[in-house]
Amino acid sequence: MTTNSVSQVATKACLRAKNVSVYYGPFLAVRDVSLDIFRNEITALIGPSGCGKSTLLRCFNRTNDLILGARVEGKVTFQGSDLYDEGVDPVYVRRRIGMVFQKPNPFTKSIYENIAFAARINGYKGSIDELVETSLQRAALWDEVKDKLKESGLSLSGGQQQRLCIARAIAIEPEVILMDEPCSALDPISTLQIEELMRELESRYTIVIVTHNMQQASRISDKTAFFNAESTETGNKVGYLVEYGDTEQIFSEPREQATQDYVSGRFG
Amino acid sequence: MTPLSSQSTPLDAGWDIEQKEVLSALGKRKAIDKWFSWLALFAVVFSLFVLVVLLADVIIDGAPVLSWNFFTSFPSRRPADAGIVSALVGTVWVMVLVALFTFPIGVGAGIFLEEFVPDSLIAKAVEINISNLAGVPSIIYGLLGLQVFVRLLFVITQGRSVLSGALTLALLVLPIVIIATRESLRSIPSSLRQAGFALGATRWQVIRSHVFPLALPGILTGVILALSRAIGETAPLITIGALTYIPFLPELSLRGLQSPFTVLPIQIYNWVSRPQTEFHDLAAGAIIVLMVILLMMNATAIYLRNRFQK
Repeated sequence: MTTNSVSQVATKACLRAKNVSVYYGPFLAVRDVSLDIFRNEITALIGPSGCGKSTLLRCFNRTNDLILGARVEGKVTFQGSDLYDEGVDPVYVRRRIGMVFQKPNPFTKSIYENIAFAARINGYKGSIDELVETSLQRAALWDEVKDKLKESGLSLSGGQQQRLCIARAIAIEPEVILMDEPCSALDPISTLQIEELMRELESRYTIVIVTHNMQQASRISDKTAFFNAESTETGNKVGYLVEYGDTEQIFSEPREQATQDYVSGRFG
Repeated sequence: MTPLSSQSTPLDAGWDIEQKEVLSALGKRKAIDKWFSWLALFAVVFSLFVLVVLLADVIIDGAPVLSWNFFTSFPSRRPADAGIVSALVGTVWVMVLVALFTFPIGVGAGIFLEEFVPDSLIAKAVEINISNLAGVPSIIYGLLGLQVFVRLLFVITQGRSVLSGALTLALLVLPIVIIATRESLRSIPSSLRQAGFALGATRWQVIRSHVFPLALPGILTGVILALSRAIGETAPLITIGALTYIPFLPELSLRGLQSPFTVLPIQIYNWVSRPQTEFHDLAAGAIIVLMVILLMMNATAIYLRNRFQK
């Protein structure tokens, strides 16, 4: 790589992990990951179970802080500034880097309140009614729920709940949305809807998605990072980054044999 | 039962058993089954029987004394004039105060321990000690209350007062409330907390808006059950010296907190220990009143639990 392209990369990179290792108590979970996430792109993290994709994802909005005994080494930067700097408030980080979880987790309140809560706690000054409508529209849910905004978020189907969670996440206009296997609890039709939604959201947000579904990664992502795990002497699994590049390249002409084996379905 | 048609010889010689043997062994196993269910039924019937006899005895003795006079009269040397008004009012006073003390302190401590304290060695030590406190005999709390509230804090409590009694009982039930609060909070799925945090909510915002409202029915149930334990306690109140003859009601003011008091269990204890059988009937009447209050509290707890459980 020439110096020129490196500096170009540096300006475009939105999130940047440099030599990141994550420990849970005494156990190393992810070893020495360096990768750049680019603005307005969808980056997919794929790999077998236990390879540390979700762990790495949680480093990006400091939700690892909430897990007992978790420790992050190395450097994670967001638009050039260190996320783990002492002066950085994790609450503020999470306000700018949103997250959607594997299992839809709407609040046990009305559909309206699910979105209004996010706006209110972050001091939104505009009309909350309008925000609820536009967020639901952008999450492609408005037409299905506009007549029952007062009903509980839990009354929706699984796919609708997940779109509600996405609507809630984009209501506060984060810069990045992290998605931890957002479709793994959904049926194929809902999955398709969410994938279409991600494609539309791409123009406004940077999306990082963890997925077990390789077709999904190849369908929607611009870049793909393949992780693998190896067992240590003590029997723990340590995840590491095998290969990172354009999705097309990863799936059609991977540089590493392990990637080739995984994307062609030979293991994993 | 007729044997089914025999199968082919099994691979393992250990399974080479005559069908007749299998069926007779099965008969024996079923007999044991039946015996056990009879035994269990007997245990249920026996304990219910004891309960019914106790209830019937109390109601037969106590029902005749339940009159308007019984509820509005002060205790008296003449059984015909004696009533429970001071004990009933005392019980209400003490219970309201116990609820006022235990709800904020117990629930606050429970939320703090469950949601805010990192899981350290100290936190575990505190947790174990709270569980132990819930099992300490109530008379020990009485001794503590006597020394601390009656004697050391005399200036505030004026000795053997409503306030001293309520504080002592509050101490007694605090561990129960703390444990119930923690358990209720623990049953709220962590995905809900994560959802809040992912939106940039602080810990307090997540708890206040999402976790606490869901945990509240469980917490309230715990508080009510703790109160229903406190309402029947006699030993600690005798220890701190609650009086048995109170011919007046505490005035409805802050000064009322410092007046001497009696409660239903103590009134019952006092009447039962008298030689005249008329007083025993009065005791039975007071027991009915106490039991009705208790049942109502427990019913409220069950109602709350079912109402909000989804």
